Amino acid sequence: MSDEQRRKERLDRGIKIRSDSLYAIMSWRELAYLTAPRFLLIAGILLLPLLVPGMYWQRVVSVVCIYALLALSFDLMAHYVGLVSLGGAFFIGTGGYISAMLNTSLGVPPLLAIFIAALLGGVICTVLLLPCLPLRGVYFAIVTLMYPLFLARVIEALDIFGGTDGIMGVESFPNRWVEQYFVIAMVLLFLFGLRRLVNTDLGLVLRAVMDNDQAVKASGMSVALFKGLAVFIASGIGCLAGACIVHIYMWSGISLFALDFSILPIAATVIGGGGTLVGPVIGCFILVPVSELLREFGTLRIVCYSIILMAFVVFRSEGIMNYGRRKYHQFERWVKV
Amino acid sequence: MSEEPILQVQEATKAFGGVLALNRVSFDVRKGEVLGIIGPNGSGKTTVVNCITGFIKMTSGRVLFHGKEITGKPPHKIADMGVTRTFQVMRPYYSLPAYKNLVIPLFSPRARRTGGWRGGGRLGDRNTVGIDILEEIGFERDSFVPYKLASTLPTGYLKRLELARCLALQPEVILCDEVFSGLSMSEIASMLPLIERFQMEGITVVMIEHRLRELFRVAGRIVVMNFGEKLIEGSPEEVMADEKVREAYFGSEEVEEVMTYA
Repeated sequence: MSDEQRRKERLDRGIKIRSDSLYAIMSWRELAYLTAPRFLLIAGILLLPLLVPGMYWQRVVSVVCIYALLALSFDLMAHYVGLVSLGGAFFIGTGGYISAMLNTSLGVPPLLAIFIAALLGGVICTVLLLPCLPLRGVYFAIVTLMYPLFLARVIEALDIFGGTDGIMGVESFPNRWVEQYFVIAMVLLFLFGLRRLVNTDLGLVLRAVMDNDQAVKASGMSVALFKGLAVFIASGIGCLAGACIVHIYMWSGISLFALDFSILPIAATVIGGGGTLVGPVIGCFILVPVSELLREFGTLRIVCYSIILMAFVVFRSEGIMNYGRRKYHQFERWVKV
Repeated sequence: MSEEPILQVQEATKAFGGVLALNRVSFDVRKGEVLGIIGPNGSGKTTVVNCITGFIKMTSGRVLFHGKEITGKPPHKIADMGVTRTFQVMRPYYSLPAYKNLVIPLFSPRARRTGGWRGGGRLGDRNTVGIDILEEIGFERDSFVPYKLASTLPTGYLKRLELARCLALQPEVILCDEVFSGLSMSEIASMLPLIERFQMEGITVVMIEHRLRELFRVAGRIVVMNFGEKLIEGSPEEVMADEKVREAYFGSEEVEEVMTYA
């Protein structure tokens, strides 16, 4: 019997097939099948700050949201436009410094400063990245990795923007609940906003740029324009995250250009499942708390962290979200060949 | 067909390092005609198309469209003016279904400007317009073929998809880079009426081809190239009777075949 061949068969669940069509709205069960995962996610994120013990963990939730915004921006660039960006720290730093300066020198209130920083930072990052847009793959990744290192050293060497001390006395959010729910609202807004964007005709063009930029040129559209637009959206989200973190910590310094902000979103995307947009957010909700829990291990923290990451890459390289989606929509069985 | 040139290539020269891929090639494309460009492998046919459409920069020489210089413009600007091309190695968006492939050209400024309802603007939605265009080009509307991923389509459909992308742009000129290569005789036979229809609709077609017999059925004039230079230009009978062309194609069975056929 050892030479018996078996094959795993995957079939769509009946309810999946039925609820693909418009008729889903005629049955509560099928409606629930379609919307329950989304509601579960939204409700889960909204209730999380109330469920966690103490203010320390509430702060962790805020930090998770910061990373989730970065991961969303990474996923959009990498899996919908084909630009693998290691520039998370670049976006965070740019947005953070702009918002801190607006607040301390011009007295702009935090909630307004954050949005100005997102827009202005998006423009600045896009302009700075413009020369690199023709690059692809690992070359773009390397160049975007250079930017945060470059900016941090410039600030340090020229002693501008507060130099190594950073900018002190940045105003915080009006109260901690505003802080908490502002970042959560931003994550949900951009999560569902981006999901909608990538399915519009514009999103399709962005995916086409990733697939085949020659054909986009032959279709009479400027590849640079669409890449620039995508980078603007992604860096704007990143800068927004950076501006939030500055007002959470009430301080802006060179550590905003730390490599963590570039690497963790990528790890979260790997764990959550690239190209799903939800996946990276879920990945952040796993990775950041885990890294907090591992603090007790001291130096070994990085080791544990790496092992978790490696296990995911080796055993579940498709990511939680892709795996979960498949299990939700399909059933599997072994059939004899 | 008028004598008025729509595209003029003047003294086009392209050097890749020391190799002259094109050496002072000049020819006119007349409005509404089907012009064939033939020549042995490596004679610079595709380079001509790349130079006209801006995908590579010429070393020297000029390209005029409606008498206006388009030399050195970026490819998307040239496509935006109505000079479209197909690729010899097909370049569909493999991860998208066939009809979604057309949403991209339909999203372009040119399609929106010139297309009217066919541009998928105010009146039509781009998905349905895409399926309409696919039907015109030979995809069966009610079958599942237009909805299949481009990566699963056979060569014949991909070649049609290339043409459909050009059509979606409401082109004035289509430069076809070997649309017949890799197709069976019957597939080519079903594509020929398409070329004839383009011509009837007033679209100027430039065809680069190796399949001479099929080309001669639709092309009014032929430009023959060899080693990056233009050998001769004229009607199919004229060029095939020429001694230099026979020499360039020496030994090629198809030429013998075509000669006897002509």
